[in-house]
Amino acid sequence: MSRRVFITGVGVVAPGGVGRDAFWDLLTQGRTATRRLSLCDPEPFRSQVAAEVDFRAEAAGLTEQQSVELDRAAQFALVAAREAVEDAGWRDTCPPGRAGVVVGSAVGATTKLEEVYRQLSADGSLWDVIPDSPAQLYSYFVPSSFAAGIAREFGVTGQSGVVSTGCTSGIDAVGNAWELIQDGILDSVVCGATDAPISPITVACFDAIKATSTYNDTPETASRPFDATRGGFVLGEGSAMFVLESEESVLRRGARVYGEIKGYASRCNAYHMTGLKADGRELAQAVTAALTQARMDPGELDYVNAHGSGTKQNDRHETAALKASLGTAARHVPISSIKSMVGHSLGAIGSLEIAACALALRYDVIPPTANLTRPDPELDLDYVPVHARKQQTDGILTTGSGFGGFQSAMVLADPEKRS
Amino acid sequence: MTAHITGIGVVSPLGLSREEHWKALLDGCSGLGPTRSFDSTRYDNPISGEVPHFSQEELPSRLLPATDRMTQMSLVAAAGAFDDSGIDRDQIDPLDIGVMTASTAGGYAFGQKELQNLWSKGPKYVSTHQSYAWFYAVNTGQISIRHGCQGHSGVIVADDAGGLDAIATAARRLARGNRVMLTGSVDSTMCPWGRVAHTSTGHLSKSADPRTAYLPFDERAGGWVNGEGGAHLVLRSESDGRYASVLGHGATVDDPRADPGAGLVQAIRLALDAARLRARDIGVVFADAAGTRQADGAEAAALAEVFGRNSVPVTAPKAATGRMGCGTASLDVATAVLALRDQMIPPTVNVEADASLGINLCTAAAPHRITHALVLARGIGGFNSALIVGA
Repeated sequence: MSRRVFITGVGVVAPGGVGRDAFWDLLTQGRTATRRLSLCDPEPFRSQVAAEVDFRAEAAGLTEQQSVELDRAAQFALVAAREAVEDAGWRDTCPPGRAGVVVGSAVGATTKLEEVYRQLSADGSLWDVIPDSPAQLYSYFVPSSFAAGIAREFGVTGQSGVVSTGCTSGIDAVGNAWELIQDGILDSVVCGATDAPISPITVACFDAIKATSTYNDTPETASRPFDATRGGFVLGEGSAMFVLESEESVLRRGARVYGEIKGYASRCNAYHMTGLKADGRELAQAVTAALTQARMDPGELDYVNAHGSGTKQNDRHETAALKASLGTAARHVPISSIKSMVGHSLGAIGSLEIAACALALRYDVIPPTANLTRPDPELDLDYVPVHARKQQTDGILTTGSGFGGFQSAMVLADPEKRS
Repeated sequence: MTAHITGIGVVSPLGLSREEHWKALLDGCSGLGPTRSFDSTRYDNPISGEVPHFSQEELPSRLLPATDRMTQMSLVAAAGAFDDSGIDRDQIDPLDIGVMTASTAGGYAFGQKELQNLWSKGPKYVSTHQSYAWFYAVNTGQISIRHGCQGHSGVIVADDAGGLDAIATAARRLARGNRVMLTGSVDSTMCPWGRVAHTSTGHLSKSADPRTAYLPFDERAGGWVNGEGGAHLVLRSESDGRYASVLGHGATVDDPRADPGAGLVQAIRLALDAARLRARDIGVVFADAAGTRQADGAEAAALAEVFGRNSVPVTAPKAATGRMGCGTASLDVATAVLALRDQMIPPTVNVEADASLGINLCTAAAPHRITHALVLARGIGGFNSALIVGA
């Protein structure tokens, strides 16, 4: 008999503002945080738009040393984890060995790696890079340093690590944490995901496969999931972290709960490292498996938080997968993509989307798909265009799809309404 | 947790197959030598454990420009493991077969090449494969595509300890409904960028003599040597009786305020509890064997606390291969399974154990009656992992 697992704390660092409240305001007001790329020189690139976080490490509570030495993604994760732990009132409430840390990240400390690479290679002119590296270099190579840093921060000593499954990392890290609690290995997990990929090498690699938006003259509306004029995703950054706890822990502490994670599943398309099959079969399988675990029918879903990356291919694939897995319920359930507002932060976005789901459960508001003003006749579901909807939201599905062929789905529910 | 190992695929500095690796190990061979795959003369750490004669011919030519060397080796090891397992693919739904690998730092060489293209020539020269070829999830993705595995899959990163955590996570997936899991890990660091990554730890050996470059638990220990390779395993819920099973796992992160071996002790105890075994049931320990005086001392103290001083036989075959990131621990699990099969403990080559450590180190291959093996792995950042395999 699996143990029940609840979200008791939420912390967010996202484009548009640091903190859970700023994130939720942005989403529910349907504002977009996409803009002209400023973290690096946009001129050399095909795609010159990005969803960037206005982040000052020291203002966010980090020390000067942390602001200098930690990669931006590690900084985001630490700040988000602190907010989540404070939100849950969780610090020092769990035996250290019964708590763990699981962080999702697709590309780790890419920004610092590129910075150090430029120094050691004299801007790419040396193959035999100079062996004069900063002491932190290894920690930039291994994203596991993100989990280690957060474990140290909260004195956690149970099983910990990073889950890195490309753009589904943010769902899979939380799913992994959920399973560690269900299986009785841990009682609490500080989990979530982070990525800060807006650096020249990452911008260039998506340029190379024409995956990112080129609405360079209208950056505010460059991310257009499910719209007929969608032209690729907008690279984003950020982190969302959570406190996940077993039912026993929640009851013992009398903790306030955002929602219960009821089901989680993942599949691989085994098709292509970047391409998607039009039929969405494996994503549909993941959705069905997650609903089966949750013991919920598609008709019990009040909201689907879609991957909705805004590429031609993804939005078609996902619509097919939702139709295949939800049946007639797909026609009625509101579906939206917050990537329209906060961009696509690779591994982090799955956790930012779970944060949006947790907040939707608490506040009964469904965030919209911004910039959806010209419906695509091929995509005929309810994608909640432009404006948020105030409505009872007790059962939610969130989906992710990523490079490597990973297809993941998670079902969350309001425990008061669905036990 | 019981997951039966039904297939093993190995790519190691000692051989390109399971049995080649095992025979060379028992013969006391070493795969360490001067670095050949890149010019290491300008670095203070000239010795490596490289996979010799690794042939890309087993892979389709279209995959070569799209893959790092670690992925090419991973694909060869995965094919070896699937072949060895002899599973009838017609009888198993692809949705029931998952892939759970570990990664340490992704593909160093592919990443370096594309960073160089970007900064020396410009964005238009960056490979169309860069978006995924270097990243941590690539081996799982490529294996799933090549072998049509559509079941629940994933990637675990916990520095070198991830090589065990991934196997344990795969074993738990079987309990959750997957029928077959391809797991383990294969890694390579062989390029200047990978070498510099490791020199920054300050723990890479500076010796230029392959016989003394990596001497774990020896008074002369002066750091470790980078290797490449690893192992993939096929796990199933049903046993075919050929190999041992994964019986228990424990993982912790160090509390910086506690004794440096305390987290490892706890991981071992968690693994023993999970396997419902006692310390005396363990017939051999495959040590993490970092090869620094401090880490070796902490590990020896942890073993003494759990097993008593100079008691359980301990070995570190990685002295003959170097450390290949998370690949090392997966290879140790493969080697431990072969040790159980043949009732032979492989040696820790070149080492004279420091008697003050109180460790019963096997420095020559020897027959032993063993029913259970404990494999240990530690990672930078304080990760400890312990996995038990046995009948």
